[in-house]
Amino acid sequence: MKILVTVKRVEDPEIKIKIKADGSGLESEQMKYVVNPFDEIAVEEALRLRDTHEGEVVILSLGVADCAQQIRTALAMGADRGVHVLTDETLDPTLASLAMQKVIEDESPDIVLMGKQAVDDDMGQTGVMLAERLGWGQASFASKEASLESEEEKSKQTALNVSDNKVTVVREVDGGIETLCLNLPALITTELRLNIPRYASLPGIMKAKKKEIKEFPLRDLIGDAQPLVEVLKMEKPAARAAGMIVSDVPQLMEKLRNEAKVI
Amino acid sequence: MSWPPVSEELTMFRKTVRDFVEKEMAPHALEWDEAGIFPKEIFKRFGEMGFFGISYPEEFGGSGLDYWFSVAFLEELTRSKNAGVNMAMTVQSDIALPPILEFGSDELKKEFLMPAIAGDRIAALGVTEPDAGSDVANIRTTARKVGGDYVINGAKTYITNGCRADFIVLAVRSGDEGYGGISLVLFPTDTPGFQVSQSLKKLGNLSSDTGLLFFEECKIPERYVLGEENHGFYYIMTGFQRERLAASLLAVAGMDRMMEDAVRYTQERQAFGRPISKFQVWRHRFAEMMTNIEAARQLTYMAVDKFVAGENPIKEITMAKLFTSELSQKVAYDCLQAHGGAGYMTEYDIARSYRDARLLTIGAGSSEVMKEILGKMEGF
Ligand SMILES: Cc1cc2nc3c(=O)[nH]c(=O)nc-3n(C[C@H](O)[C@H](O)[C@H](O)COP(=O)(O)OP(=O)(O)OC[C@H]3O[C@@H](n4cnc5c(N)ncnc54)[C@H](O)[C@@H]3O)c2cc1C
Repeated sequence: MKILVTVKRVEDPEIKIKIKADGSGLESEQMKYVVNPFDEIAVEEALRLRDTHEGEVVILSLGVADCAQQIRTALAMGADRGVHVLTDETLDPTLASLAMQKVIEDESPDIVLMGKQAVDDDMGQTGVMLAERLGWGQASFASKEASLESEEEKSKQTALNVSDNKVTVVREVDGGIETLCLNLPALITTELRLNIPRYASLPGIMKAKKKEIKEFPLRDLIGDAQPLVEVLKMEKPAARAAGMIVSDVPQLMEKLRNEAKVI
Repeated sequence: MSWPPVSEELTMFRKTVRDFVEKEMAPHALEWDEAGIFPKEIFKRFGEMGFFGISYPEEFGGSGLDYWFSVAFLEELTRSKNAGVNMAMTVQSDIALPPILEFGSDELKKEFLMPAIAGDRIAALGVTEPDAGSDVANIRTTARKVGGDYVINGAKTYITNGCRADFIVLAVRSGDEGYGGISLVLFPTDTPGFQVSQSLKKLGNLSSDTGLLFFEECKIPERYVLGEENHGFYYIMTGFQRERLAASLLAVAGMDRMMEDAVRYTQERQAFGRPISKFQVWRHRFAEMMTNIEAARQLTYMAVDKFVAGENPIKEITMAKLFTSELSQKVAYDCLQAHGGAGYMTEYDIARSYRDARLLTIGAGSSEVMKEILGKMEGF
């Protein structure tokens, strides 16, 4: 079985971000980048699938030359090889999904695994658009029925059941669990509660160095297609006004009535 | 001078150690300290992550990398904020195992080194005795040759990992008095006559086990001797260099952690209408501290640089061990002081770091011994 996983390079959520003075994007100086946490979960699930069914895990990333670092991280976790679509452009979900479609048509994997969203812009559209472009069945927000503390998780079993050219996927819905069955090839996006991703081990890091990463310039794949969505401006949320401490209940009521005007 | 070196693998490895330590260890820092032990499973996890095999050849399950990877490992390890578990791990990675690689036969490497690198067997180094610590040449645990075996009698104390070890790299007297009669042997702890007499209660590094061990007519095969018989003193002294380098690196990064805690605390804590850090006395103290820590780091890195180049920088390592461990005392004192009463409460990391730091001028050779070495080398 061949599994393709998309991996996005995102700003490290643990570092304070700064917006460029002109509001056109984020300051990249002194920024650190990581693999989108949802994608790490997708990589982990792909590795478990491969270890159960054999085959290979291919990592796909779109973006600047340094995206190679995020591909290497996934290779260090145990994936087999990488595909890097090179571009300095900022991609909207329509362009990203178009480029992915081209690579996937060439690679023809049985399953595409993706994070349900990227933590940088939180659009959550790329997976949905890609499934539509490919004309494949899609299960979004794949989850695990057992808890993340369960023996099932500790023994690193996959939550995706593949047999007879079909895959069953569990999703959490309001007040219950829904189980879907899809024909392969299929596209699956991952929720946080699907697995606990492994760390890249030192031998894994050293092996990753020798694994192949194929590179394609973006425009060779998608011609002059144009984005449908443009980011106009980024700004910080307005600072909250300072709080105050009231001395008693009557004063609280007075403030709520006359200053906050909520009662 | 260009250190530490930069490479994609080194950056990735540093991040992997940091992620692992921050997520899997740091949240348990206080719990393990109070329990006086950490879960044994951590050894296995470290083995799987490749942390024990960093500089060991691939044929024995290691990664065959240079010491700068060990530097990254040791530095990031301090983020666990629990020097006990760190000591237990570094005894395995950097203290007990190197003599096996350097002086052991391939057969012994397969039997002892490989499972220890994999985290399946726990190792300890047994040199110190109730009546001989700094004075290593004076150890009294004997190994008498009987047929094809050694029969061991004696006692060892303050042995890190001693209560849980599967084997001990053990210093024994196989020959005459003095340093020329000492051998290093590999001692499996399931040998009849071996007894863990006590898990010793300590001031700090509480989560590591520290054993008082007895040996009574313990028989091990002669082939478990490392290298040549009666050459053990030299092997121990060689091993001390690596142990002291690791101790220096842990001390420097440990000071970074303590200072980060103190700076953060004093920036948040208000008194007399402003953050404590805004009082000049504290700003200046931190400025001084930062400068001293950086000087300690550069001295240590100089020693590492020579070590990686294959030199035997005894002088630099000895100076680094002396300077970093002594400076740690002042940094621990000041960083606890910056926390006020909170620093005296065990829920704050600094209270534990302060206790833990005290070991640094004693273990791996005391400050006085470091000065003796330097004095002798320089002919003072
Ligand atoms: C937590 C902990 C873990 C340890 N782990 C291990 C381990 O895993 N394996 C192991 O083998 N050992 C271990 N040790 C032992 C450690 O290496 C010794 O404690 C250390 O070498 C000092 O020896 P000692 O305790 O016998 O002190 P002593 O040698 O009795 O020294 C007492 C004092 O005299 C000073 N002194 C000694 N000689 C001189 C001199 N020539 N001139 C001036 N002053 C001198 C010393 O500096 C010290 O201040 C551990 C110790 C501790 C506390």
